[in-house]
Amino acid sequence: MPLLEVEDVSKAFRGLRAVEGVTFGVEGHTITALIGPNGAGKTTLFNLIAGAYRPDRGQIRLRGKAISGLAPHRVCAAGIGRTFQLVKPFAGMSVLDNAIVGALAGERTIAGARTRALAVLERLGLSAKAHLAASRLTLADRRRLEVARALATRPSLLLLDEMMAGLRPTEIDELVGVLRNVQREEAVTILLTEHVMRAVMALADQIVVLHHGQVIARGEPAAIVRDPAVLECYLGEDAIEESTKDETKDEIMTAPVT
Amino acid sequence: MSAGRRRLALSGAVAIALLILPLVGNNYLVSVATLALFLAYAGQAWNVMMGFAGQLSLGHSLYVGLGAYASAGLFVHFGIGPWAGVWLAVAICSLAGAFIGFLAFRLRIAGVQLSLLTIAFAELARIGFDHLDWLGGPGGLFLPVSERSHVDLLAFRGPPGTYYYAILLLTAGALALCAFLLRRRPGYYWRAIREDEVAAQALGIDTFRWKMFAVVLSSAMTAVAGVFFAFYNNSLFPEQSFSFGRSIEIMLGPVIGGLGTLFGPIIGAVALVLLGDGTTELLAKTGVDLPGIRQAVHGVLLLLVTIYMPNGLWPPLARVLGFEPRRL
Amino acid sequence: MPALPYVANAVISGILTGTVYGLMALGLSAIFGVIRLVNFAHGELMTLAMYAAAAAFQGLALDPFVTMILAAVAFGALGYVLQRGFINRFIGRTEHAQMLLMIAFAIIIGNVLLLGFGPDARNVPTSYQLDSFELGPLLIDKVRAYAALAAVVATALLAAFFRLTLTGKAIRACADNPVGARVAGLPVGHLYAVTFALGAGSVAVAGCAMVQLIDVTPGLGPAYTLLAFVIVIVGGLGSMVGALLGGLVIGVSEALAGLLIAPSAKSMVSFGLLVLLLLVRPQGLMGASRR
Repeated sequence: MPLLEVEDVSKAFRGLRAVEGVTFGVEGHTITALIGPNGAGKTTLFNLIAGAYRPDRGQIRLRGKAISGLAPHRVCAAGIGRTFQLVKPFAGMSVLDNAIVGALAGERTIAGARTRALAVLERLGLSAKAHLAASRLTLADRRRLEVARALATRPSLLLLDEMMAGLRPTEIDELVGVLRNVQREEAVTILLTEHVMRAVMALADQIVVLHHGQVIARGEPAAIVRDPAVLECYLGEDAIEESTKDETKDEIMTAPVT
Repeated sequence: MSAGRRRLALSGAVAIALLILPLVGNNYLVSVATLALFLAYAGQAWNVMMGFAGQLSLGHSLYVGLGAYASAGLFVHFGIGPWAGVWLAVAICSLAGAFIGFLAFRLRIAGVQLSLLTIAFAELARIGFDHLDWLGGPGGLFLPVSERSHVDLLAFRGPPGTYYYAILLLTAGALALCAFLLRRRPGYYWRAIREDEVAAQALGIDTFRWKMFAVVLSSAMTAVAGVFFAFYNNSLFPEQSFSFGRSIEIMLGPVIGGLGTLFGPIIGAVALVLLGDGTTELLAKTGVDLPGIRQAVHGVLLLLVTIYMPNGLWPPLARVLGFEPRRL
Repeated sequence: MPALPYVANAVISGILTGTVYGLMALGLSAIFGVIRLVNFAHGELMTLAMYAAAAAFQGLALDPFVTMILAAVAFGALGYVLQRGFINRFIGRTEHAQMLLMIAFAIIIGNVLLLGFGPDARNVPTSYQLDSFELGPLLIDKVRAYAALAAVVATALLAAFFRLTLTGKAIRACADNPVGARVAGLPVGHLYAVTFALGAGSVAVAGCAMVQLIDVTPGLGPAYTLLAFVIVIVGGLGSMVGALLGGLVIGVSEALAGLLIAPSAKSMVSFGLLVLLLLVRPQGLMGASRR
């Protein structure tokens, strides 16, 4: 059974259909990427899974148990951790305290939470900055803190919302490496949304493509980049011509992989 | 002397001074100190709601009044002493706090409207108790004043020193309780909720439950202040017990001292009493009697702190003294 | 149930008082609607105006309706300076920092009044204080009628200002879209100061009118600040028409409560209404639905 099952989920906001009949699954211990043009419904879908919204129709199941409509803190208790597109660090608290807050979700004592927090910070490469105030971190580090905090809750599924936006190529490659490492060492499952194709191609075992709130393609990265429907929605009809040329394919396929 | 030793020495000196005060000071000094400690304790309780749950309550006199009348009523009508009466006071105030918390957090009444609501509830209580003749009405509820020369702990009667030590104990207890909570899960969770509630929820924190906890704890603690108030003053009037002025007075200490800090309410209360009553005393010595000068001084102090030291007096003072201002 | 003339008189009295309430609340509404400032010193400003009228009457034998005009100008100037010099610096701060600033002003003003005038009540015993108009069975106090007239005129002038003058329109633009206003080059600091000046001026007029209806004591401030807020919330935050309607509603309900229940029940009605409204319809009568 897939770890996460999204079944025929729909959500409309005052008549605007943000997400329509979306169905896909995420297997345990894999990384799935959700891609699509702006306004495709990626963040809405995330918010639906994380419990910020309730779906109008359809079901979301984690390990077979329905979680659609649960309040965000219960979704976390069920085993889902999430980050936010616009990072939300607890700015006045130290990096370590941020992580401790997360760790307390799974630990009963402060001491235990502290141990878990330090371990997670080590994993994300933030140990040296543990005692800095979160407000003093760079953007790239704030992204790592978001992940660390969510990871500290010991989730089965980690939802990463556009982690790579605004980062420089070296920072992207670094974060990709860290995330790969996290997935392997912590044995979590990751579902991420992303615009930065470089990262998507480097990380994803499965790609789900959204357009106008609907799934238009689903499968392995190699197949997705060749899928005409995908190319059309991203690059427009004229570009279909272009994409049949080998160079374009090579460009996408040869994004640096760390 | 190392910083740690210095802190210990300072704390020790303050503790000793506080403990021997009734033995060396005159009655006036003891009563002023009692007032300062009362404000410190009530301010500490208020701070739990504002500093921890982020709700600006401008009607905290509601809990003082309810607690006072609950315990006084039991004593006057049924002869039940304050040690039992305090439980009723706490129960009633917890319910009142829970109600206001519910309004704030479930019905999402926040900011200005919530502050106004807290004022309105205190006023409604004032007007309501004015009509409760069973509890004295506007004429006041008077507790039977027995001998004040000997200590009667059961009925909480005695010389001024008794009350001083009682409120000192309460304040120390409140401090210890807050310090304890801040160091543990509540402290972490409350800080997280104040920093970013949505992020906190995503980390598994039931923000409604924790905010309610802070509000109910605050009202329960203030209830005890009300019980003290009743037995210290021996008479209760709705006009005074539920007054808006008292709500402001309770709030001034923590705001001036430092919102959300551990020692802020105490430092603030001390500053208020020193400057307010100090000024009145000074003027009295020169033969001038100006009604309202005390509150005017409070107002000026609040103005200066709000403009120049928005984090309160405690954080810079702490740093000078070598302490790390523990804040929420 | 009292006879109809009593009820009618109460209602009329309530409406007339309500216009003064409305003017007072209008000032608060303008300040909150434009500057987003919670003016906790509103009641104290009105108390200050009431004392000014009382002092002017006692010292200079000035009729309060004359003082009204002088006070409006003086308070307007004071308000402008206060906003421009002090409060504008607080615009970026947290909501509760602003509230605390205004609370500080309120405490200071209230206690300076106590220091200056003492705790005893004062009033303005004009020659026509006890006269009334008779319309059949109805008895209308002259002072109340004149006060209402002044309030209505002031309100109309305020409305005309906001609707017809360039500055007034600029202020409304600021209220609708502060960032956009700044981008468009509007002198927002100055406009905020003008708004506060208008608010202070209208509360001064209201005060000079009110002092003829009730006696003034130094501690009156908080009660009227609260009343003004109740009216604004009943009528709808940010809506000027709402403030006027709210004033009338409160005025009439207070008068009726005083007649039908007990004189002391008057304030209970206002608070009861506040609580009810905040729970049921927090946007008030005229406010846009925020939910």
